[in-house]
Amino acid sequence: MERNINGNKDLTQPKNMNRRDVIKGLATLPFIGAFAGAWVRKNSVEKQLKNKMLEVVNLTSEPVDLAPAVLGSKPLRLGIVGYGIRGRQLLRATGHAEPKWIDDSKAAAVENPLNTSYDDFMNQEGLDVVISGVCDIFDIYAGDAAHAGSNVSKEGTGGKMDAAPRRYRTYKEMMASPDIDAVIIATPDHWHATMAIEAARNGKHVYLEKPMTWTVPETYELVKAVRENKIVFQLGHQGRQTESYIKAKEVVHKNILGKITLVEVCTNRNDPNGAWVYPIHPEAGHQNIDWQQFLGPAPYHDFSLERFFRWRCWWDYSTGLNGDLLTHEYDCINQIMGIGIPDSVVASGGIYFFKDGRTVPDVQNVVMEFPGRDLTFLYSASLASDRQRGKVIMGHDAHMELSDRLIINADPQSTAYKEKIQNGTIDPQIPIYTFTPGKEGVDGAVSATEQYFASRGLLYTYRQGKRVDTTFLHMREWVNCIRAGIQPSCNIDRGFEEAITAHMATIALREGRKVYWDREKQEIVVS
Amino acid sequence: MAKAYSGRDYALAQLIFLVLLRVSIGWHLLYEGVVKIINPDWSAFGYLMDSKGLFAGLFQSMATHQGILQVVDFMNMWGLFLIGLGLMAGLFTRFSVICGIILLSFYFLSHPPLAGIQYIIPQEGSYLLVNKTLIEILALFVLLVFPTGQAAGIDRFLRKNKN
Repeated sequence: MERNINGNKDLTQPKNMNRRDVIKGLATLPFIGAFAGAWVRKNSVEKQLKNKMLEVVNLTSEPVDLAPAVLGSKPLRLGIVGYGIRGRQLLRATGHAEPKWIDDSKAAAVENPLNTSYDDFMNQEGLDVVISGVCDIFDIYAGDAAHAGSNVSKEGTGGKMDAAPRRYRTYKEMMASPDIDAVIIATPDHWHATMAIEAARNGKHVYLEKPMTWTVPETYELVKAVRENKIVFQLGHQGRQTESYIKAKEVVHKNILGKITLVEVCTNRNDPNGAWVYPIHPEAGHQNIDWQQFLGPAPYHDFSLERFFRWRCWWDYSTGLNGDLLTHEYDCINQIMGIGIPDSVVASGGIYFFKDGRTVPDVQNVVMEFPGRDLTFLYSASLASDRQRGKVIMGHDAHMELSDRLIINADPQSTAYKEKIQNGTIDPQIPIYTFTPGKEGVDGAVSATEQYFASRGLLYTYRQGKRVDTTFLHMREWVNCIRAGIQPSCNIDRGFEEAITAHMATIALREGRKVYWDREKQEIVVS
Repeated sequence: MAKAYSGRDYALAQLIFLVLLRVSIGWHLLYEGVVKIINPDWSAFGYLMDSKGLFAGLFQSMATHQGILQVVDFMNMWGLFLIGLGLMAGLFTRFSVICGIILLSFYFLSHPPLAGIQYIIPQEGSYLLVNKTLIEILALFVLLVFPTGQAAGIDRFLRKNKN
C-alpha cells in the first residue's frame, strides 16, 4: 500500500483490481442490506398492527357505489318553484345554470385553480330531465330561472339557448299543468307543505327542500297526500348521500362503539350570511315582487324587502334554527342510528348577537330523550361563533367524530377493548379507524400530516380529480326512483320524523315547556 | 473531480466518517423515497400548497396543474429513491450528490424557516433560517468536495474499468 506525503495510507488510489479493491468497492453495500432488513421488519410490525386493528374494526373497504342510472323512455319534465339561493343550487344539480354563472365560475377557476365548481358542473352526469316550468314571485328570479332552464348546452353568455320554460305566475297553475311530471320546491319554509300537498294531489312527484313543514297539522296532511297519491317524495337532506355517513351507519350497526348513550351535534357560524342576513337585490321592489303571494299562509305584514330576502329571521315564515339547521344534524343521526321521533324535548335559547329585529334565536340548545334506546341527543347552535364542535357519537367502548371524514377513538375505560388497550394493540390516543372520502382503501393509522391537511380542507381527493356534489346525488336518486317507481332514502316517513322532531323543539323553545311525543296517538303533547 | 480524486488523501478516520455521512444521507433519502413509492395516495400536493416565502406562488402553481403535479410526484418518489441508493452504494456518487443538493434545495426554498411564518405541516423542532434540510444540503456540499465514491463505493470499479 502506497503512502502519501503525510505518511497516511492512500485510501483513494486503486492501482490494480485486487481483493482489497473489491472489498472497498462493495464496502457500503452491507448498509443497503441493513436498510432492506430494517424496512422489511418495520413493514411486518405495521402489518401485524393493522391486522390486529382489523380485528377491532372491519368495515367494507369499497367506496359507496352509485346506483346505475335508470333510463326513461323520454326526459322527465321538471318544474321549479322558488329560485333563490337554494333553488339555483338545485337547478344546477339537474344540469341547468344561468349563462352568467357559467361565465363567473369559469373565471373563478382561472383565478383559483382549486375552485373546481366549473369543471364539476360541466362533468356532472346528465339526468335526462328538461325544465318545463318555473315559478317565482320575484320577476327577476323568475327570469333567471327560465334562462337557466333554457341553457341546455351549458353555455356562457351569448351561447346557444333552447326554448325557455314556461313561467307560471302561481304555484297552483304549475301543479295543475299537464306539462309537468315532477316539481322541485325551494321556497321559504311557510310555503313548503302547502305547495307539496298541492303537487301530490295533482300527481306530481316532489323534491322538497327541508324542513318538510312549517306547522304541525300540515305535516299529517302532507304525509296523507303523498301516500294517497303514490308520488315519489324526496326531502332535501342531501347529507343522505354523504359517504362518511353511510360508513358511520355500518360502524354503529357493527357495534364498534359499544352502547351509545349520548350524541352531540352542533351548528357554528359567525357571519351575517350564516345568520341569514342575505343581500337584498338592488332592483327588487313593489313593482316586481308579488307580496300577497309571498305572504300566503303567513300573518299579514306590510311590504318589506328585508322580510322577503331574509325571511329565515322571522317565525312568520321561518322555522328558525330547528327547521333550518337542526334538521340536517338530526337527519344525519337518524340516517346512521334510526332514532326516529324522541320521547321528549326541551329547548332554550335567545337572540344574543344579531339584534336586528329578528324573532328567531341565534343561540339555541335542544335536548332530546330517547329512553327506549337509553339515548340523549344534544343539539347546540350558535350563529355568533365559528368554533367548530362537530358531531360526536359517544359509546361506552369508543367514540366517533363525524364530518365528511370519520374518526373513531377507543375509550380508555372501554370494557370490550380492555385487553387490547392493556396489551398495547389499541392506544386510545390514536384513532382505531379513520375514513377519508376518495382515499383508496381504509386503514387505521393516518399520519399527522394527512390529518392536518384534511382538517383544513386540503383533501387529497382532489387528486382523484372528480368530486361529486351530494345535492346532485340526492337529486339523481329522486329522478332514478321516479323512473323505477320506488321511494328514495329521505322519503315521507323520514320526513315525518324530521318534521315532528323539529316542531317539538320549536314548541319547547317558544313555550318554554317540555314537549312529549305520544307514540300511541302519534301526537305531540305539551306538559 | 479528477484532481480531487488523484490528489486527495484521507486518514482512515476521515474516510470512515465521510462515508458514514454519505451512507446516512443516502439512507434517509432512500427511505423517504420508498415511503412515497409504496403509498398509493402519496402526493406532493399538500406539501407544495403549504409553501411559503418568495417562491410560494411557483410551488403552488406546480401543485394545481395536474400534469405538472404528476411529474413532480414521480420525480420526488424516484428521485429520492435513486439518489438515496446512489449515495449508499457509492454509485455515480458525484451525480447523486448534485441531484440531492438540487432536490433538497427545492424543499428548502418552498419551506424556508423565516421569522413569522407558520406551516400547516407541524415541524418537529425550532428553526430560524437554518433548518435540517439546509444542514443536509451543506453536508452534501461537503461530500461534493470530499468525494468518497471511489474510496468506498461501486464507483471504484467504474474508474477501474475506464482505465
